[in-house]
Amino acid sequence: VDVLLKAVGDTPIMRTKKWAVERTRTIQGLVDFIKKFLKLMASEQLFIYVNQSFAPSPDQEVGTLYECFGSDGKLVLHYCKTQAWG
Amino acid sequence: MTDDKDVLRDVWFGRIPTCFTLYQDEITEREAEPYYLLLPRISYLTLVTDKVKKHFQKVMRQEEVSEIWFEYEGTPLKWHYPIGLLFDLHASNTALPWSITVHFKNFPEKDLLHCHSKDVIEAHFMACIKEADALKHKSQVINEMQKKDHKQLWMGLQNDKFEQFWAINRKLMEYPPEDNGFRYIPFRIYQTTTERPFIQKLFRPIASGGQLHTLGDLLKDVCPSAITPE
Repeated sequence: VDVLLKAVGDTPIMRTKKWAVERTRTIQGLVDFIKKFLKLMASEQLFIYVNQSFAPSPDQEVGTLYECFGSDGKLVLHYCKTQAWG
Repeated sequence: MTDDKDVLRDVWFGRIPTCFTLYQDEITEREAEPYYLLLPRISYLTLVTDKVKKHFQKVMRQEEVSEIWFEYEGTPLKWHYPIGLLFDLHASNTALPWSITVHFKNFPEKDLLHCHSKDVIEAHFMACIKEADALKHKSQVINEMQKKDHKQLWMGLQNDKFEQFWAINRKLMEYPPEDNGFRYIPFRIYQTTTERPFIQKLFRPIASGGQLHTLGDLLKDVCPSAITPE
């Protein structure tokens, strides 16, 4: 599924924003990928948000989120180094 | 909603008698007695087991203790699933009390999320409430609430206060009468037969023809294998 990744606040942006992600990849898998891409340290935290409102749990699958919260053929996720939306 | 009050109460006060035993390889200074507790089905393991933790730490050396985790017959129990779900998923055929093994070492990183404080549980719980409201009301109800209302939901759960919780949750369960239901029904189907965490899809409470969907319709639609042919 197509995922659009947007940075929040002072978190570094990714030059490529749109990614084709396997449906069964988990949020944790995605977090690990973004951290590696941004060369963050493993100890640094990264939060992911759907609809700019809630943080899915790390074991949730991207495909499921896409089906429930995707629009126009893509899932928009915001990522952030600090908690953005309580 | 008033007619459902008894059902809501019964669901809220559902309990599972549980016996906690320390894992045999944990090093103790004295013998560790098992610890018995009635676990609320709708709560989280790490939220209601402070007493269990204290009980076993009394007989252990400080340096032998790291993050607590729980296991049933070899399966690490995910604290971020509600207790009732864990029981139904892994132990519904067991004789009561439910026998849970307590560990303080070798945290299974691959299977469990860390839970260093109650704040982590609160964040998880609120995220679930918000996700559900995104499906039910496009997040409108939860966003119109104040911070103190969110806090009241959480405190209601944490302190097992039915009235306190439902005074706020009632609003999250309402919909305009002309709509006949939520936009989508928030649900998750957990199965032991698959590796996938759960099934979750968009499902409207009303069919295109106008009739109300039943639970059977939902299962037929999203999980046909769960229905046994008659």
